[in-house]
Amino acid sequence: MADAHVHDATHEDHEHKPHGWRRWVFATNHKDIGTMYLIFACTMFFVGGAMAMVIRLELFKPGMQFVDPQFFNSMTTMHALVMIFGAVMPAWTGLANWMIPMQLGAPDMALPRLNNFSFWILPFAFTLLLSSLFVPGGAPAGGWTMYPPLVLQNGASFPMLIFAVHMMGASSILGAINVVVTIMNLRAPGMTLLRMPLFVWTWLITAYLLIAVMPVLAGAVTMLLTDHFFGTTFFTAAGGGDPVMFQHIFWFFGHPEVYILILPAFGIVSEIIPTFSRKPLFGYEAMVYAVASIAFLSFIVWAHHMFTVGMPLAGQLFFMLSTMLIAVPTGVKVFNWTATMWKGSLTFEPPMLFALAFLFLFSIGGFSGLMLAIVPADYQYQDTYFVVAHFHYVLVPGAIFGIMAGVYYWLPKWAGKMYDLKLATWHFWLSTIFVNVLFFPQHFLGLAGMPRRIPDYAVQFTDWNMVSSIGGFGFGLAQLLFPYIVWKCVRAGTPIGNKAWEGAHGLEWELSSPPPYHSWTTPPSDALIARGATH
Amino acid sequence: MIRPRLASYALAVAALVAPFAHAEEDGVVSGWKQLNMTEGVTAMSRDIYQLHMEIFWICVVIAVLVFAVMIYSLVKFRKSQGAVADVTQVHNTKVEIVWTIVPVIILVAMAVPAARTLVRIEDTTHSELTIKVTGFQWGWNYDYLDDGVSYFSHLDRASDAARDLGSGIDPNGVQHYLLNVDHPLVVPAGVKVRLLITGADVIHAWWVPAFGVKKDAIPGFVNEAWFKVDADKPGLYRGQCAELCGRDHGFMPIVVDVRSPEDFAAWLKQKAAAVKQAAAPAPTPQAAPASPATTAP
Repeated sequence: MADAHVHDATHEDHEHKPHGWRRWVFATNHKDIGTMYLIFACTMFFVGGAMAMVIRLELFKPGMQFVDPQFFNSMTTMHALVMIFGAVMPAWTGLANWMIPMQLGAPDMALPRLNNFSFWILPFAFTLLLSSLFVPGGAPAGGWTMYPPLVLQNGASFPMLIFAVHMMGASSILGAINVVVTIMNLRAPGMTLLRMPLFVWTWLITAYLLIAVMPVLAGAVTMLLTDHFFGTTFFTAAGGGDPVMFQHIFWFFGHPEVYILILPAFGIVSEIIPTFSRKPLFGYEAMVYAVASIAFLSFIVWAHHMFTVGMPLAGQLFFMLSTMLIAVPTGVKVFNWTATMWKGSLTFEPPMLFALAFLFLFSIGGFSGLMLAIVPADYQYQDTYFVVAHFHYVLVPGAIFGIMAGVYYWLPKWAGKMYDLKLATWHFWLSTIFVNVLFFPQHFLGLAGMPRRIPDYAVQFTDWNMVSSIGGFGFGLAQLLFPYIVWKCVRAGTPIGNKAWEGAHGLEWELSSPPPYHSWTTPPSDALIARGATH
Repeated sequence: MIRPRLASYALAVAALVAPFAHAEEDGVVSGWKQLNMTEGVTAMSRDIYQLHMEIFWICVVIAVLVFAVMIYSLVKFRKSQGAVADVTQVHNTKVEIVWTIVPVIILVAMAVPAARTLVRIEDTTHSELTIKVTGFQWGWNYDYLDDGVSYFSHLDRASDAARDLGSGIDPNGVQHYLLNVDHPLVVPAGVKVRLLITGADVIHAWWVPAFGVKKDAIPGFVNEAWFKVDADKPGLYRGQCAELCGRDHGFMPIVVDVRSPEDFAAWLKQKAAAVKQAAAPAPTPQAAPASPATTAP
């Protein structure tokens, strides 16, 4: 252990770490910033979740019982914006901040002060966005996709929405730049690219996607702003513009965005399954190339969100084929995860449970995605609950379970303590059962003809809506266990050593639990990297 | 003689069961049995349904195979049952090539019929009737361009009253709740009808599942769609707006009244005549108004 040189954490405290509010407001330490991102994301998850509860409450029975239709539209709009930009993306950034330096043998992120700024933009962005609930006209109600002309009918909330989106986008771009620079420059000697853990690979590729497409979103919403306030007519036919052009620009951002939301989950699952199978990941290089292929393909499929706008035949055919093609690298990943478990030695702690639920349920989301790619069939699916079912399967048991798997996997490392495994297992089973009760019936509703984004429905849709709403309430309640488990662990968990899990490999497991405030101030030796090697 | 007690029990049971047991009306299967897409009443809707079912079954088969391997692994290779990991098993070039190539072949097999159907859908030529459809906030306007017949179609009064917040009216008691309009679109069966679809304010979308037709209604642009209802399937077909368009997006349904060509022709003739009469020049100012309503009985 001669070259580990792990400093005593408390010794570090008095010398280098600021105390009180300054530690957090002026944070430059990747661990502190990671923690702030994760707490912020968890808070936003419950805010967005509360909005979902309002939606499911109104949809419990036909007829309008609780809210005005306009407010309902605000709820669907804000639920999506909060979950995508406030919960999932900051959670991934929090995990990136905590783990990437430790996994690469780097002392911190490459640009620590930029890191601080990237985080602190977010509370301001969301204060702006959420306060739009209280202005005349209420919160934005044109869908998170912000299609014109409808989005321009929002009142005072419209500029708040645009500026909040700008701020969130800036935060993401700067965070992504930090990730790329860190990975390209701060890897310990001997940590070649093809020796990096999959989580780092998926974040490298996600960061490139972010840098490529967040500016496109910024451009799109700026054009909305100028159309509304400065007399431009980008999206108005009367002025020579085209509302459909917005959709093209938005979805050119929007499709890579959904891969931004899921790729880090692929990375986490690619680390958890090998750990709890006690076997290296099957086909490491294939997994890297698959993620790169998915990222590349994500740029040429955007119009599958727009098959009914009146696109020429050639366009519809091209986007159908390119969309179907994504099933190939995605399938390769699912097969590789399965092959990792094959002839392994499996145990089922909470991280593994969430990773397995991801494997099954994300695949179901993938199949409904393939069905949606078939254009003539899509004419019957588009803007129905079939689409809602699809994207919630890939986002909830996909991205959200991926985040929870990551937290349950690495929390013992961060806190130096093991959490209540029994309670976490309860959280898992309640979540998995209720997420299916909530979203599976939505496939039926969509196929039976129920459109999306409606606050009330024809009576033949009553029964499955009722089931879905019960699933929603159950799922929402079950999530209260999660922050409780984390808090209980930090306060009173069982202390553990470096390696929280028997089968874990990677440089982060060579550090103490918790790691020193400044870890890898001396880079790990090649021997340590080899011992930590995941493949 | 009806025994009063038995009748009241029966009524109580019916009242309890009624919210959950929606009677089948007009061929609409209700409640729990609403699981799948409709086959519809046009050749295109049936084509689409076939495609949908083909893709669905392919996905089911693949899912069953893949999940079976996963579940087998979860059971057979448990550490608690003594499984020891084979850490050398990290590559198998042959298998990896197979599971890359086979999916491509399956996708091509799916894409061919899909492309064929799409080409047929996009062919709007040889239509016999053209109707302009305009979506607005919140209803539809139908304009029979060649005959000068134009009218608005809104959510019917009964649904509109029931859907108000806290109306106290049970939607189950309203006929075709949220799927009924005051003036349906009237078209002939067995005839290729072409729709020219546009929007008046924001983007809407015209969708009738039974026809397999959905097209966005975009302000400033005109989209084309067509359908040809089977000649032997006259009747009422219902759909909804399928693009978020504001507060009452969920309250601007579509109803198409498909009639025999003869009935349709008669209806159109009568409508056109009514339009002509309404457009007749007004009497000169000196003459007394002709409308009987103004003369007291």
